Amino acid sequence: MLSETASLVFWVIAFVTIISAIMVVTVRNIFHAALFLVLCLFAVAGIFIIADAEFLAAVQVLVYAGGVAVLMIFAVMLTARMAQSGIKQENEQRPLGALVAFCFLLMIVGSILKTMVVKGGFPLADYPYVTGSSPHMLGKLLLTDFVLPFELVSVLLLVALIGAVVLAKKDGE
Amino acid sequence: MQIGLIHFLALAAVLFSIGMYGALTRRNAIAVLMSIELMFNAVNINFVAFAKFIEPVAITGQVFAVFVIAIAAAEATVGLAIVLLIYRNFKEIFVDRINLMKW
Repeated sequence: MLSETASLVFWVIAFVTIISAIMVVTVRNIFHAALFLVLCLFAVAGIFIIADAEFLAAVQVLVYAGGVAVLMIFAVMLTARMAQSGIKQENEQRPLGALVAFCFLLMIVGSILKTMVVKGGFPLADYPYVTGSSPHMLGKLLLTDFVLPFELVSVLLLVALIGAVVLAKKDGE
Repeated sequence: MQIGLIHFLALAAVLFSIGMYGALTRRNAIAVLMSIELMFNAVNINFVAFAKFIEPVAITGQVFAVFVIAIAAAEATVGLAIVLLIYRNFKEIFVDRINLMKW
């Protein structure tokens, strides 16, 4: 359990996260959707801080809010003709999509509740939670236990970089 | 009310469902990619919450979240490059109108 202050902050940030996420998927102007995505990503960084993952919160702001979101905004601007307000932004499967997403939500919540009731709760660690200073621990883990996936991810990023350049350049250059 | 693991899980479930709704109903390919980013974030919240409440000493969940963020960045880069390429060739980024290979 968290302290009273942290709990209050959690409720506020969770509210901001969900409202901005709903705006991302419903707002008609695609540029506004990208801006709400930035807000949502910042709010998720706040959730990370509450969950004692300070380093991840910093990475979230740098990589997501600073990198991915800017990339999205660039793409929106490069395809500006498609963002005009008169064009319908949602397809005809809207009720069905809402139904599927809602059923999926019920399924996850159901499985969480089942874990709580039938299995007698999650195997929680003893209170108080001692999370090590997260960059120190993360660095150690990434270069010892997880060194192979770490290197694989770096190769994947290189491949994605080259792939994006190759895809985006004009033919015959 | 005190905040525990279940609140983080519920928040992540809601966020994932919103992302899924967006990915299913948006016509604009960039908006579909944004919805997929929302789903990645929901998964990351789960990983971080489990790392805090179940394995607070060995923060394996946070390591997984780092990998998810890295792969999401790669996915966004390649995905947007493909979207821009489609836009250049078809003058179109609405996924329901790009049906050249659809039977």
